[in-house]
Amino acid sequence: MKMMSMGALAALSLGSSSCTQAQMEEFLQKRFREMTEAEKKEVIQRLEETYLRKYGKKFGISTQPAGSGVLWGYGLDLSRCIGCRRCVYACVKENNQSRINPQLQWIRVVRLKKGSLINLENAEHYYNPETVPEPGFMYMPVQCQHCENPPCVRVCPVKATWKEPDGIVVVDYNWCIGCRYCMAACPYKGRVFNWSEPNIPADELNTDVHYLGNRPRMKNVVEKCTFCVQRVRNGRYPACVEACPTGARKFGNLLDPSSEIRYLIENKRVFRLKEDLNTEPKFYYFFSA
Amino acid sequence: MEAWIFFKRTVRMVFVGTKAYYLWCAFLLAIIGAAITFYTKQLDAGLIVTNMRDQVSWGLYIGNFTYLVGVAAAAVLLVIPAYIYHFDPIKEIVVLGELLAASAIIMALMFVLADLGRPDRFWHIIPFIGILSFPNSLLAWDVIVLNGYLVLNTIVPIYILIKTYFGKEPTKNFVIPLVLLSIPWAVGIHTVTAFLYNGLAARPFWNASILAPRFLASAFCSGPAMALIIFQVLRKTAGMKIKNEALFKVAELMAYAMFINLFLLGAELFKEYYTATIHLAPMQYLFQGLHGHHALVPWIWSAMAMNITAFLIFLIPGTRKNLITLNIGSLLIIVGVWIEKGLGLIVPGFIPDPLGEIYEYLPNINEIAISLGIWAFGLFIFTLFMRIAIPIQRGDFVHSKYGKAAVKRQYERIKP
Repeated sequence: MKMMSMGALAALSLGSSSCTQAQMEEFLQKRFREMTEAEKKEVIQRLEETYLRKYGKKFGISTQPAGSGVLWGYGLDLSRCIGCRRCVYACVKENNQSRINPQLQWIRVVRLKKGSLINLENAEHYYNPETVPEPGFMYMPVQCQHCENPPCVRVCPVKATWKEPDGIVVVDYNWCIGCRYCMAACPYKGRVFNWSEPNIPADELNTDVHYLGNRPRMKNVVEKCTFCVQRVRNGRYPACVEACPTGARKFGNLLDPSSEIRYLIENKRVFRLKEDLNTEPKFYYFFSA
Repeated sequence: MEAWIFFKRTVRMVFVGTKAYYLWCAFLLAIIGAAITFYTKQLDAGLIVTNMRDQVSWGLYIGNFTYLVGVAAAAVLLVIPAYIYHFDPIKEIVVLGELLAASAIIMALMFVLADLGRPDRFWHIIPFIGILSFPNSLLAWDVIVLNGYLVLNTIVPIYILIKTYFGKEPTKNFVIPLVLLSIPWAVGIHTVTAFLYNGLAARPFWNASILAPRFLASAFCSGPAMALIIFQVLRKTAGMKIKNEALFKVAELMAYAMFINLFLLGAELFKEYYTATIHLAPMQYLFQGLHGHHALVPWIWSAMAMNITAFLIFLIPGTRKNLITLNIGSLLIIVGVWIEKGLGLIVPGFIPDPLGEIYEYLPNINEIAISLGIWAFGLFIFTLFMRIAIPIQRGDFVHSKYGKAAVKRQYERIKP
């Protein structure tokens, strides 16, 4: 019955236009969490073929699930951040964000006058000096905080976004209907929207991707930081951690008592952004000096 | 068989009319046609053709959606007195009020569809076929209550009209429970729509408990205002039976609703301005401008002036019972509440954004064209509804057994 009605719907919306079988399959594709292993395999194969046709490049799409006993946490040392935005551009490159029109970035670094931290109304988003850091200012990078209690997940009308067992909040780009309710619900501006077909020069594409992470997206769907799910599930650091020239960015397993992130939480004075909203971010800011 | 003949006759009916009727329909169809070309462009290029961006991710479409849910909810203002207090002069306009509600809901749903990035994945939201995140997502609640309300407001008037066509009295045991149900349901659709915004802690401008009551109060102004204008037009053009007495009664109820609306707004303004926390910023942006950005300031002050003027017009019996001032007041309310609940409610929710950035939004030509197209479509549907409903209610379009069964171009006017 379900298949029949979906088939009818498919026929209705695509019937008149000539469409390939791949398009039809994409239209009927299930939500990632409902797929069996065999179905996942089929989808991955189709996606790899589609990407090859579209970008002329061979992609490796992983569906690697979360490891057990892992809950990822992030630390950011505000006394070390110099506001250079290297993390921003490393992220764009690693995660295949659209470069122009729209230019999407998952990390936003804001410049704050020293003396004011909580009131972001005076934050400068588009600071552009010759050199950083500038005297009298501090810098605060903000990205998806991977809340334990994520308001974006709660509001999604079709469950296209969810929290993985290792705590990463992900989006199924093929299930998102583009209503942007999650963007309205996020208190951290952690989500950005593909207002048009993403523009990425073919030679800058990262072909080492995860289905729930940095695979190329399509127009009119939402996307966000995934802590570089394609990397961290393979024992690597997120690209922003690697790119930071001052070592301000820390990453690790919150469930591992000997991890660096646990050390920081226990020994530094950490705080989380907008804690009063009870979103329980797994993104900890601290001052080492 | 009888049903088939009835259906054929109604279809024939909508193709027959006066010159003004044809012109009006052609006008609406032209707007719809133009809007389709703009929508095709949006489908093709993506939502980049709008002025919405990551900072202000909802705009004119969602503003219109919110406003129209209010118009639809306000049908109860016509239903309550008719059924509970047996206020006869209003009774005859209930069917038309409910069809207005149905048209408004259709428009509201179309605005959501226009705002949707991936309309091709619309099936994802259909219960049982896709995945509807009920009860977690308020948007899922809205999908359910809006469609339910649409069904309710279509069944009741169509049932009454068919019964009337066949010369029978509508069965009270069927109609009354549905009508009684539609009253709390109307409150429900607007409450759920308010909660959609209200439930977002990230947006202090919406995260105020006064939002749902304010929504209802302003809806009970704008919906009836629209009804007042439409009914007078229909009285002139289609010979609809409606007495001035009924119009004045509705106007009186609107005065109370506008008073509550202004009072609740005042309560909100006091709280925000007296405490003056950082959560005042969106309100400041709306009413005064913020850090040199004041795109909405002239809009909201015009809306304030319109709403207060209309309140006075509807409060004073002399102006309330004068058709000219009554119509001026109605138009002021329609526009004033549209600004207040459209751009004035949606946009400041996003300004400043959660990280303090200010992106000024005003809709562009694509959004305006598509929005006008949806309004034209709603008016077109409503026009067709009226083309059938009014002759039936007048007793001009009935089964041949019960009267002269002529499809006439125009029926003679009835003196108000």
